[in-house]
Amino acid sequence: MSKKIVVPFGPQHPVLPEPLHLDLVVEDEKVKEAIPGVGYIHRGLETLVQKREYPEYVYIAERICGICSFIHGMTYCQGVETMMNVEVPERAEFLRVIWSEYSRMHSHLLWLGLFADSMGFENLFMDAWRLREHVLDDMEATTGGRVIQGSAKVGGVRRDISSEKLDEMVTGLEGIRGELKDMMDVFLLDSSVKSRLRNIGMLSPEDAYELGAVGPTLRGSSVASDVRMNGYAAYDRLHFEPVVEDGCDCYARCAVRAKELFSSIDLIKEAAQKIPDGPIEVKVTGKPEGEYFSRAEQPRGEVIHYVKGNGTKKLARHRVRTPTMANIPPLVKMLEGCEFADVPVITLTIDPCIGCLER
Amino acid sequence: MVYFEMAKTVVKSLINGPSTIRYPAEPAKEYPISRGHVTIDPARCISCGMCMRKCPADAICVRRDEKLWEIDLFKCHVCNCCVEVCPVHCLTMDTDYRPAFSKHDGVKVVKITYVKPEKKKPVKKPAEEKSEE
Ligand code: SF4
Ligand code: SF4
Repeated sequence: MSKKIVVPFGPQHPVLPEPLHLDLVVEDEKVKEAIPGVGYIHRGLETLVQKREYPEYVYIAERICGICSFIHGMTYCQGVETMMNVEVPERAEFLRVIWSEYSRMHSHLLWLGLFADSMGFENLFMDAWRLREHVLDDMEATTGGRVIQGSAKVGGVRRDISSEKLDEMVTGLEGIRGELKDMMDVFLLDSSVKSRLRNIGMLSPEDAYELGAVGPTLRGSSVASDVRMNGYAAYDRLHFEPVVEDGCDCYARCAVRAKELFSSIDLIKEAAQKIPDGPIEVKVTGKPEGEYFSRAEQPRGEVIHYVKGNGTKKLARHRVRTPTMANIPPLVKMLEGCEFADVPVITLTIDPCIGCLER
Repeated sequence: MVYFEMAKTVVKSLINGPSTIRYPAEPAKEYPISRGHVTIDPARCISCGMCMRKCPADAICVRRDEKLWEIDLFKCHVCNCCVEVCPVHCLTMDTDYRPAFSKHDGVKVVKITYVKPEKKKPVKKPAEEKSEE
C-alpha cells in the first residue's frame, strides 16, 4: 500500500529563481495535490503611492517587476492619464508599443531559456540567452537601462528614438529572426523536447477560462484572449492577431510564447514604419481625482493597475493584479495528478514571477 | 520524428568564435544614454533641494546650512529623476557603472559653493508650487 507524503518544493529551487513555495502531496511518484505558499518578498510598494507624488511613483511602479518593468510603468501612467483626461501624443503611443514589444521579446527569450534549463537542455538555454542579449542591447541603447527602462512618464515617454536608430533596430531584428527560427525549430520539432512536453500539465479550455488564467497560459488552451486586442496605446492602429494554440499542454504554452516572438518582431517593424513625427510628451499639471482600472498585456498575461486619486498630488490607492496572481489557480489544477518529475516543467509554463505577485 | 535539430546550431557554434565579450581585454558595452551613476558639478548647484524632494529613493540629502550635497549610492537606484528635475542642470548621469564597494562607504558628500538664501515663510508656499510644475 502506498503512503502519502508531503514534499516541499521551493522557496529556493534550482529551476526557479523565484521564491515560490509549493507543498506537494505525493503518492507513488504522482502529485495528488499542490498547495501554493507565497509571501516571501513582500515589499509594500502599493502603500508608497500615498508617500510619493504621482509623477514620481512611476519609478516605483516600474520596479514592481524586473522583466515587465516598462509595461508596469506604462499601465500606471495610462491609469493616471485617463483619470486626468490627458491626451498622449501619437508618437509617444507608438514608442510605448515598441518598448512593450521589446520587453515581451526579452521576457519570452528569458523564459524559453529557463524552460530549456528545466528540461535539462543546457545548450538551448545558453542559445536563448545569447539571442536575448541583442534585444537587451537595443533596449539599453534606446532607454538607457538594460532591464529597468525608466522611459514611461505620465503624459508620454521620456526618450525619443531617432528614425535612423529605428531602422537599425528593425534591421537588427530581421537579422536575428533567422537565428530565432533555428532555435524555435529545436523547441517545436525536436523529438526529445516534444516527448518531455507533450500531454503533461493539461489544462482544458473550460478550466482555463473558469479559473481565470491569463496570457500564454490561456491562449495555450485555445482561448483567444489578449488585452492588446482592446487597442490600448497604438495597438488599434497596427495589425494584431493573438497567437492561439490548442494543445492545452506544456508544449502548447511553449509554442504560444515562441510564436509571439515573431509577432512581436512584426509589430515592432510595423510600428517603426507607421510612427508619426511630433512631440513625445505633454505637460501634465493638476491633481488627479477619480478612479480608473488600467489594463495592459504583459508577456505573462493581463495586468491591472487600479488607481484612485483624491484631489491631491498623492494618489489615495493603487492596486495591482499581476498575471502570476491569476495563473496560480490554473497551476494548482495542472499539477493535480502529474508525475513528480514534471513539476518543475509545469510550474515554469505559467512563468511565475513572485516579485510581481507580492509587490 | 525529428532528431538532432540542434546540430545546425552546434556546428555554427563550433565554427564561430565566442559569443560573449572577453571582458577585461575587450571593454564592456556602453551607450551614450546608459545610466551609470549620478555626478554633480558643485560649482553650479544652487542648493534648491529639488533633487532631494523628487528622489523616489530618498538617496539625496541637501544640507543648506553646512553647504553639503550628499548622495547615498546604496540607496540610489539610478532612475535619472534628479538629473531631469535639477533647474540648473548641474547633475549629470555618467555612463560608467559605479565601482563595487567592500564596506559601507556608499555616502558621497560633496561641498557646494553657493547657498541660496532662505526665504521667508509666507513667500515660500507659492514659490514652491510654481517650481513643482
Ligand atoms: S543639484 Fe540641482 S536640484 Fe539639487 S540642490 Fe543642487 S541645484 Fe537644486
Ligand atoms: S538617480 Fe534617482 S534614485 Fe538616484 S539619486 Fe537621482 S533621483 Fe535618487
